[in-house]
Amino acid sequence: MATLLEVERLSKRFGGLQAVKDLSFTVAEGEIVALIGPNGAGKTTAFALVSGFLAPDEGEIRFRGRSIVGRTPHEVCALGIARTFQIVRPFPRLSVLHNVMVGALLRHPDVAAARARAQAVLDEVGLGSKRDHPARGLTLAERKRLELARALATEPTLLLLDEVMAGLTATETERLVELIRAINRRAVAILLIEHVMRAVMTVSQRVVVLGGGQLIAAGPPAQIVNDPGVIEAYLGDGRVGAPQG
Amino acid sequence: MTRVGWLAVAALAVLLSLPAVLSSYALSVFIFIFFYGFLGQAWNIVGGYAGQLSIGHAAFVGVGAYTAAMLARDVGLTPWLGMLVGGAVAAILGGLIGYLGFRFGLRGFYFALLTVAVAEIARIVTANMEATGGALGLYITFTGDPWQLQFSSNRPHYYIALALMLGATAVAAGLERRRFGVYLAAIREDETASEALGVDSFKYKMMAIVLSAFLTGMGGTFYAFYFLSLQPNTVFGIPLSVEITLRAIVGGSGTLLGPLLGSFLLTPLAELSRAYFSTGRWTGVHLIAYGLLLIVVVLFLPQGVYPYLRRVLNSGGPS
Repeated sequence: MATLLEVERLSKRFGGLQAVKDLSFTVAEGEIVALIGPNGAGKTTAFALVSGFLAPDEGEIRFRGRSIVGRTPHEVCALGIARTFQIVRPFPRLSVLHNVMVGALLRHPDVAAARARAQAVLDEVGLGSKRDHPARGLTLAERKRLELARALATEPTLLLLDEVMAGLTATETERLVELIRAINRRAVAILLIEHVMRAVMTVSQRVVVLGGGQLIAAGPPAQIVNDPGVIEAYLGDGRVGAPQG
Repeated sequence: MTRVGWLAVAALAVLLSLPAVLSSYALSVFIFIFFYGFLGQAWNIVGGYAGQLSIGHAAFVGVGAYTAAMLARDVGLTPWLGMLVGGAVAAILGGLIGYLGFRFGLRGFYFALLTVAVAEIARIVTANMEATGGALGLYITFTGDPWQLQFSSNRPHYYIALALMLGATAVAAGLERRRFGVYLAAIREDETASEALGVDSFKYKMMAIVLSAFLTGMGGTFYAFYFLSLQPNTVFGIPLSVEITLRAIVGGSGTLLGPLLGSFLLTPLAELSRAYFSTGRWTGVHLIAYGLLLIVVVLFLPQGVYPYLRRVLNSGGPS
């Protein structure tokens, strides 16, 4: 399949902290890729770089073959990359429907059309009955779905999901995995940061592992779980003086 | 139609027929109400819907007032057109403030300070320029000529002020129903999140402040040709900026009827206390009354009076 997103030798430093270093990975059209790694590995920074919220110090990001470095977040979104935030950011005083309409207006400038589109997206994510509630009254699980719905309403070709399953119950996670699969079936590529391993293993076709801002491993889930480098990054190396694998 | 809708229609009918029964003084109070309601509504576009707190809107009033007055004096341009020119010059100033504030990411109080600073600079510059009449200001000779936006009775000004207020409200109503309005609300609620959803927040905030400044500048022209005298301290002063801002906030900023309601509440209050307490030892009591009212609103109705009233009216009782 053709490459949708190419990240090449990307680096970002915050003062003395090298958040992302020399990172390269790709996402193919229609693919689901998981970005995993311990806390502080640089996953969210990588997201911010791809979505235009941060500018890289070095490196290149190409979307559909064209560089998007230096694009503002709204331009990146208009090109077809939508993101969610790890700490959800609903528009608290706007209704659930209004929240999603903001996203839908990108491709449907007419408010009536955007409203219809937003309603359809809400029905899909299972928030249809909450449409007239103000967003601040939603539960965490609902807010996560609202975050997803808003991003989805911008009709992206690449969806960046930053820990949409964190804090959810097993049943809620199950439903969200189903939803992500359904979205993916419409040829939307998905790059997700996730700590919920069961979800990562079942939903993703490829896994990219970060540690200390760098790429540790990349490959199919089954291969990743047995990678010694990955095990070391997560669990540490207990064997003193053991040879580096 | 909602109950609020019916009330609005009834209110409009009453307002249109008032000049037939009211005294000239009472009419002048209503002219103030409409004028401040208009300015509050103009402010509401950038300060309410877009959530960019401006406390320097007097700058636009002053620019609109002086522009039209000087054009009438120096080149004989009728204020009916001068109003549009004044609005345009105010819009340019608004664009400048917006560019400085929004391009460099000033938010909240920092943006508010920028607007105050620009208004103060405009005041000081005007007070020290010969062309604008310096600190003494500018006086317009009364001719009673309608072409000069002057009339021998209060009634025409009453209807003009009412038309301005309703016109600005129609603009706000149109904005609410369009993408522009939805985007402004999103920017107000969370600018970062709105950017992530494809909203060019810089562009929309610029559009909001330019539109707001244009309308406010038109109001300045009305002010000039209603009062026939302009002083830098009055039209560019911080007190005027505060008057404008208060009306929208007390009534309910970011709502369609909030600024109007705010003006209907605050303007008569200011006018009465000024009339009764403006002499002798009671000077300034109206400012105390203002301050108290503001405290009450902030404490009990932080969203403003209108959102509360709308809930009460639509539910048929206090919720």
